[in-house]
Amino acid sequence: MAADYDVPKITGEDGIVDIPSLQPDAMKGHGPWVSKPEFQEDMHFPTDFTMPESIENYGDAGTLVENWKERALDKMGDLKGRYRSLQVFLDICVKCGACTDKCHYYIGSSDPKNMPVARQDLLRKVYRRYFTFAGKFFGKIGMPGFVGAAELTEDVVKDWYNYYHQCSQCRRCSVFCPYGIDTAEISMAAREILDHIGMGQKYCTEIMGKLNKIGNNLGLPEAALADTLEGLEEDIFDETGVDVKLPLDKKGSDILLITPSADFFAEPHVDGLMGYAKVLHELGLDWTLSSYASEGANFGMFIGSYENMRKVSLRIRKAAQDLGVKRIVFGECGHAWRVAYSFLNTLAGPFDFLDQNYPVPQHILEITEPALAAGKLNIDKSQNDDKVLTFHDSCNIARGSRMGDKPGGQFVLPRNVIKAVCNNYVDMPADTIHDATYCCGGGGGILTDDLMEIRVKGAQPRMEALKHVTDKHQVTHMAAICAICKSQFTKVVPYYGFTMDMIVSVHQLVSNAIVLKGQLTEEEIEARDAAEEAERIAAKEAREKAAAEKAAKESKDT
Amino acid sequence: MSTLELNGESIELDEEGYLVDLSLWTREIGEALAKGEDVDLTDEHWDIIDFLREYYEEYQIAPAVRVLTKAVGKRLGKDKGNSKYLYSLFPYGPGKQACKYAGLPKPTGCV
Repeated sequence: MAADYDVPKITGEDGIVDIPSLQPDAMKGHGPWVSKPEFQEDMHFPTDFTMPESIENYGDAGTLVENWKERALDKMGDLKGRYRSLQVFLDICVKCGACTDKCHYYIGSSDPKNMPVARQDLLRKVYRRYFTFAGKFFGKIGMPGFVGAAELTEDVVKDWYNYYHQCSQCRRCSVFCPYGIDTAEISMAAREILDHIGMGQKYCTEIMGKLNKIGNNLGLPEAALADTLEGLEEDIFDETGVDVKLPLDKKGSDILLITPSADFFAEPHVDGLMGYAKVLHELGLDWTLSSYASEGANFGMFIGSYENMRKVSLRIRKAAQDLGVKRIVFGECGHAWRVAYSFLNTLAGPFDFLDQNYPVPQHILEITEPALAAGKLNIDKSQNDDKVLTFHDSCNIARGSRMGDKPGGQFVLPRNVIKAVCNNYVDMPADTIHDATYCCGGGGGILTDDLMEIRVKGAQPRMEALKHVTDKHQVTHMAAICAICKSQFTKVVPYYGFTMDMIVSVHQLVSNAIVLKGQLTEEEIEARDAAEEAERIAAKEAREKAAAEKAAKESKDT
Repeated sequence: MSTLELNGESIELDEEGYLVDLSLWTREIGEALAKGEDVDLTDEHWDIIDFLREYYEEYQIAPAVRVLTKAVGKRLGKDKGNSKYLYSLFPYGPGKQACKYAGLPKPTGCV
């Protein structure tokens, strides 16, 4: 695939990328498309700014809100007061360097500002200048740099916008930081500040506007959703002869399934959705989707906006109450699960109206994995024998949540499920999986065409690990449990010489292998289709015969 | 923001070349948008674009890839009802590229 920038080379040798030498400003740029005032208004962000005439003007003081500097600093003060963690992270870094080579965007781009510590310092230097004694003192005598402080200028704002949109908030760096500094939180805060001075990101805000109006990021209206689900029911029936339902807005169901809207739309996501439906059907569970809360993703987290994150979460609460369900289950979506697992109760709880005998909320894998282990699902593993699988741990699930009742369950459950439905499984190198997993390169609000270069470059470490297992261990497919990972990979793997259909959903593998009660064999399906075809032809012939007879009769009559 | 110049009129496009006012779409504009990206629309392209328009008029959104491939398979034959065929016509993705020429909103989200 052609690109007007260098795609990093991968070798597959040991699966680990060598740390590149620095190329200052390699990724300097204008950043992603800026959000229009109308999108900002929907989010309750200030709108008194002027849309830049062209991308070259992004961040020019004349395009920002009035008194942008004071307002940026006010917001910073507000955020450090709200989130103690933010202030601790800004204060505590000792510049040890442990994080410097841990970011996939730095490794893929060689730009030193993509080193986690440097990315943090873009905000930290302004914090030091205006909120610490040392910064204020040396700032006043014109030497802020002496204490790692800097004035807030137009150029700083431009750097914020550019480099905080080259962070997928995957938190890999925080695993290696001896103090646990979370760059994701700093990056979220920076985007929240930018949203308040007229530099919102179009991708995130346009999408959240759709969610607020229609119920999901795609802008998929209820009628279209119903039609899509009906189509999937037909497909499952055609393939299996079993009437598996994908119910929508079914009041009084036991389970509300919340899943990313990409599951209704994109490939291979939709194959995963059919997998959940088959599992829930086979276990006899009474479930429904909601047209009001037809989105698991919560982009409020990406832009650090507590208010917007809460608004999205409250839709889920309302849907659960309106439908009268007893349980909430989440589908395959990385940050949806982080928000659900870690924050949902704070944002939209208490969930005392749900059945407390089940985890609140629960992950679909927490249903499928124990069911497989207990032999409750009839599985024909040979259906996946055309594949050798590996598994990509999604960052938000790996480092921001858990599954099951044991530590590390988020690594074990998906692998157990894959191994229970596939005969061939190989892990990628240890430094690239579990809590050291590399981001797909498209998380945290980066999954947009205007950031394609950083998406391709940021995928390098994962591609190197993948190349290793495809070359040395005959891996053919990589499974994921996150809508962003799946979309990002299908888009970027061709740049590295792979084909897009090598990316699969975990529940797609389950869907391939599961044998439903009453499922027709391949021969029976062929026979059924042949019988239907014969019936169709016979009916057509009968119609033609009747028409011919009628015509003959009419011509006779006249 | 850019514009498309057609018959002496300026039609507003967004940063990625999609129509800002979708109601302005005509077949001529579709042709011009494709031409701007060095794509000559053939009858095969138009079969897809026409279906996208029909679907959009009913549901106010682009169809899912699966819905599209299924419909194409039914209308144009099973050999064409797959994403490989669609990608051969629209290499940047049937969802995004075909939607642009068809005057549909770009699918957004984790897709």
